[in-house]
Amino acid sequence: MDNILAYLKEERSEEWRAELRKTQKVKERTSKVRVEMNEEEANIRNTNNIEVNSGLTEEQAVLEAQRCIDCPTPTCVSGCPVGIHIPNFIKKIEIKDFLGAATVLKDTNTLPAVCGRVCPQEKQCEAQCFYTLKMDQPPVAIGHLERFAADYEQNSGKMSVPEVATENNIKVASIGAGPAGLAWAADMAKFGYDVTVYEALHEIGGVLKYGIPEFRLPNSVVDIEIDSMKKMGVKFITNFIVGKTASFDDLRELGFKAFFVGSGAGLPRFMNIPGENFIGIFSSNEYLTRINLMNAANDDFDTPVLSGKNVAVIGGGNTAMDSVRTAKRLGAKNARIIYRRSLKEMPARVEEVKHAQEEGIEFLNLNNPLEYYADENGRVNRMKVQKMELGAPDDSGRRRPIPIEGSEYYLDVDTVVVSVGVSPNPLIPASLKELKVTRWGTIVVNEDNMQSSIPDIFAGGDIVRGGATVILAMGDGRKAASGMHEYIQEKVIN
Amino acid sequence: MNRIIKKEFFSEKVAKIVIEAPEIAKSRKAGHFVIIRVDEKGERIPLTIAGADIEKGTIDLVVQDVGVSSAKLTRLNEGDFILDVVGPLGKATHIEKVGTILAAGGGVGIAPLLPIVEAYKKAGNRVITVLAARTKDLVILEDQMRKHSDEVIVMTDDGSSGNKGLVTKGMEDVIKREKVDEAVTIGPAVMMKFAALTTKKHNIPTVASLNTIMVDGTGMCGACRVTVGGETKFVCVDGPEFDAGKIDFDEMLYRLSAYKSQEEDAYKKYLEQVTT
Repeated sequence: MDNILAYLKEERSEEWRAELRKTQKVKERTSKVRVEMNEEEANIRNTNNIEVNSGLTEEQAVLEAQRCIDCPTPTCVSGCPVGIHIPNFIKKIEIKDFLGAATVLKDTNTLPAVCGRVCPQEKQCEAQCFYTLKMDQPPVAIGHLERFAADYEQNSGKMSVPEVATENNIKVASIGAGPAGLAWAADMAKFGYDVTVYEALHEIGGVLKYGIPEFRLPNSVVDIEIDSMKKMGVKFITNFIVGKTASFDDLRELGFKAFFVGSGAGLPRFMNIPGENFIGIFSSNEYLTRINLMNAANDDFDTPVLSGKNVAVIGGGNTAMDSVRTAKRLGAKNARIIYRRSLKEMPARVEEVKHAQEEGIEFLNLNNPLEYYADENGRVNRMKVQKMELGAPDDSGRRRPIPIEGSEYYLDVDTVVVSVGVSPNPLIPASLKELKVTRWGTIVVNEDNMQSSIPDIFAGGDIVRGGATVILAMGDGRKAASGMHEYIQEKVIN
Repeated sequence: MNRIIKKEFFSEKVAKIVIEAPEIAKSRKAGHFVIIRVDEKGERIPLTIAGADIEKGTIDLVVQDVGVSSAKLTRLNEGDFILDVVGPLGKATHIEKVGTILAAGGGVGIAPLLPIVEAYKKAGNRVITVLAARTKDLVILEDQMRKHSDEVIVMTDDGSSGNKGLVTKGMEDVIKREKVDEAVTIGPAVMMKFAALTTKKHNIPTVASLNTIMVDGTGMCGACRVTVGGETKFVCVDGPEFDAGKIDFDEMLYRLSAYKSQEEDAYKKYLEQVTT
């Protein structure tokens, strides 16, 4: 962090930046109103897959960039898990050097077009913005600006490829091509390593492809960023499960000197209540994978999906919002969220909840499923729900939901999506008996460099954290890359 | 990779396909399966590995043409490529020397049973294999089974080959005749259900290899979940083999029918397309 701040200070002292600050008084900057992102009309977008947020125009982006007062100590940067040089790119936008802004982003972030869309900025960079901390005003729209610069570059046809160091011919591999593995791979490529990313599925991107829907993150946006990694020399191998297709020892024999495990928390949790295995009851992972990865909603594709008129999605996270909004788009008449706490405790992003409400999603807060029932073919047709009230805060600080006796009622449903969290995928730990894992199945790492109990294996993202966010996974990937680089320089080369 | 080296039909609808997949050939064990996707628009389907040749770097799959994906697959020719093949998946069969093994296979389930029979025999067991099918043409791999079994009993519904009757009759006859230490069954869910009931009656520990609906095959989605001993298990990572006496086969049967009408419609549409 100190290093970053010193670097940012130096950049800030450049002449053009000093001149730029003088063009408007601070008071003038802070009196501007935060620009709103343009959006598709709710009643139209909930019938198609078009991206809901349509981005900022050039004028809007420049106006918003002018709000940033270019703080001497930019606190926003401390809120970013990958340490993006925030004022540097925003000031480039202010002078309309949009491609330059994108290049700044890519110094630290492999997937700016992704992060600008899916990061919970309100809890990260924007929570540490001067406006939030000192002025009690809406923060600079850092996420919107990041997205603007990244999209501008993608559409310009002039994608910059980050510079890489001279090849050192040392082979390293990632297990998993999700956000953690991609962030790790980009940094390792910049250091000059021979990088291979192994992926179990047939597509690169992990949750960015199978989980987050098109209306929030178009696959084409992810693919353009992956292409730029390929240009950096990163090799991708799909349909390959390390630990199954080949063992770590097999790969060591092929000359790999270190590994990054970013295999995610793909194992869905169920509630283990009666009737949960009836037809029409999905995990959110299955429901979203069928639709996002396999294109099940498109008749030209072979994968089928069941989607009905009365859809209940159990849970209150972003995955639950993605599932219920997807159900609405597949024609559900009643698309409902059933969540055991109140709206205030929902872990989903505020923006996603707002979008869902606008699109006609019904929120049954303080409700909890007890049992499912089915017709003679085993297809779910009804569920029993119990109302809840909030008690004292639990360990996580959130108020504990308590069932209200006698409040049970029935709801007609033909599709249920269970979105109550995920557990770490057990495939890697199961294939490495000597690897230290917690009782929850997450891999134990040294938090300074993300090294596991096996010296040549590093890990990060959801396999270390349990279910978390895209950007935290990317932060882990970057930290693991610098940790691994140090390990290889010290232990392997000498 | 994934090139079809050889294809031969056992019967009109059942084909054996030999695919180039050197890494999978090297690491697979009896009981493992792969997930394949035939083409860009294809779905992901599980198929058990019926055999492998490490030197040639190939694996064998046996496919019955029952729907869009299997129809596409059986129509591919030697030299064609399958877009995606991933594996080996699932837990390998637990093989040790236990004495006498009764192996019961039905229909295309005979193919995945072959490597298991082979492994049991190699571990020093006496292996008696009961093969069951509707009619003579659907009894596959009989000669290979004979090579790795001490005895093979063939049962057909119509008596066109071997003995007339269901798999359970063949099993009962063996159990009456001699002591069976363990049993293993692979075939249609309904056949496994009755095979399991037969051995349960005689307290013979039995495993069944389940063929549920799957999507990713790596534990990510739970499409393949079944109830075993009252607990929800994922067939792709916890299985595919489970204690047959504890499996809720009725639940499995209705879950298998989840997409029945969609599957039938898609198959019909596909067949119309390829014939015109």
